Amino acid sequence: MTVPLLELSGVGKQFGGLSALSEVSLHIKRGEIYGLIGPNGAGKTTLFNVITGLYQLNAGEFNFNGRSYQTPKPHFLAQAGIARTFQNIRLFANLTALENVMIGRHVRTKAGVFGALLRNKSTRNEERASTERARELLRYVGIVKAHQTLAKNLSYGEQRRLEIARALATDPLLLALDEPAAGMNATETESLKVLLQDIRSTGITVMLIEHDVKLIMGLCDRVAVLDYGRKIAEGVPDEVRQNPAVIAAYLGVDDAA
Amino acid sequence: MEIFLQQIINGLVQGSVYALVALGYTMVYGILGLINFAHGEVVMVGAMLALSALTALIGWDVSPLLALPLSLILAMAGCMALGYGIERVAYRPLRHAPRLAPLITAIGVSIVLQNLAMMIWGREYHAFPQLINNQPHHIGGAIINDIQIIIVIMAVMIMTGLMLVVHRTRLGRAMRAVAENQHAAQLMGVDINRVISITFMLGSALAAIAGLMVSANYGLAHYYMGFMLGLKAFTAAVLGGIGNLRGAMLGGLLLGLIESLGAGYIGDLTGGFLGSQYQDVFAFFVLIAVLVFRPSGLLGERLAERA
Repeated sequence: MTVPLLELSGVGKQFGGLSALSEVSLHIKRGEIYGLIGPNGAGKTTLFNVITGLYQLNAGEFNFNGRSYQTPKPHFLAQAGIARTFQNIRLFANLTALENVMIGRHVRTKAGVFGALLRNKSTRNEERASTERARELLRYVGIVKAHQTLAKNLSYGEQRRLEIARALATDPLLLALDEPAAGMNATETESLKVLLQDIRSTGITVMLIEHDVKLIMGLCDRVAVLDYGRKIAEGVPDEVRQNPAVIAAYLGVDDAA
Repeated sequence: MEIFLQQIINGLVQGSVYALVALGYTMVYGILGLINFAHGEVVMVGAMLALSALTALIGWDVSPLLALPLSLILAMAGCMALGYGIERVAYRPLRHAPRLAPLITAIGVSIVLQNLAMMIWGREYHAFPQLINNQPHHIGGAIINDIQIIIVIMAVMIMTGLMLVVHRTRLGRAMRAVAENQHAAQLMGVDINRVISITFMLGSALAAIAGLMVSANYGLAHYYMGFMLGLKAFTAAVLGGIGNLRGAMLGGLLLGLIESLGAGYIGDLTGGFLGSQYQDVFAFFVLIAVLVFRPSGLLGERLAERA
């Protein structure tokens, strides 16, 4: 059996006295689409923030691509191959679409102060290559026409796509999407699904949080359910759907979403 | 008419210096939302370093054409190290503290630097050595000399270069990304501490250049020169819209012009009651007016977008 791409064991995260995550263990295999669902406040986004280094974990272990990370800085994890998008879109609003994607290339390029000041040949070549790659990615997600538009002036759906393009620009092994279909209509959601399947077919492992259960069930190979910071179920979508604990979490408690 | 032209020239020269210093304020504010009140002292240290290096080099019979660039490079290197150190010691530990805390350390750093400079260089004015034959040129009754021409040309070149770096390079893109959203920039693999350090170093290098320009233009340098210059440049940055690079340049030039035209005509306007020694009044009048009527500055974005 191959080593999983991402492996969490006994992960815990507290905010003051509040335990947002406790003893969460899961693994994500290479090349799969892994869904994370759960009622509001279940700790899904907290888990994402732990995986991408925005939060430091208080307990447990975190292995990615065969390496263990204790208190990683986000830019190291980006280097290691984790890219993400946000639930509330966080683009660089006053940069153009193209520049946003080129920031994604930052971690795979290296020109520094001297490159910026001297503009030597390797810097210029690198710059040309990242422009080219950024344009390719914009074409891939279908918004190349808007490459000179400031991110804040793009439509909502375009911004979502731009965020995915920017994440892809880091050449990730794992693409983590926090509610990518939020606010999309049925047609947009359908084309997002096609895009995500296409991304997976290029060998990138995809992990997503989503409230759109139909999308999750139709897209994911495996699904995990979080409730009150604990993993209450995991498995193929059909299995999870039948799981009594999951049904209780969604329908049986007061704050069901 | 001669007075008018002369004041325009003086204003442009002074404004070029303000613009370079204002860029340092605005770059740091753009990225950290912090007013680096020690920036004026960095200008002073730049001037002092350049002057000391220049005096030493001239003493060793180095030709002025070599000594000038050498001492400028030395001053820039010294100021970059200083800017880096200030950020590491006074601001980074307070990155997540309330906004008032780094403001107070900034004032502290400023006082420390002034006193250090006083201990090293003394309280006296240092004369800038006469290196080049500072040839005056007459244009329509007004006079502009070589040093002033060099100041304006250098300032334009440096500002153009800075704009190219910020808008056309990987480093500049990273700087703009960090300014917009530090979290997202980190997740794209941008090492924000590195970008912040580089920003301080770039701003300090500009300050060193400005320091040398001021002391060359007035022919002297003094441990206290950074205070007023810093305040004026800060005013220029606010006038243009703090956080906005083009605003800092525009604000610097405008402030230089306002000051020098004001100083040129204040005597006539008040019937000789107030003289040109009241020049400084104009800068702070501008500061108050901007803060009252247009707090976001000429080219500034609405503050709501930053919050």
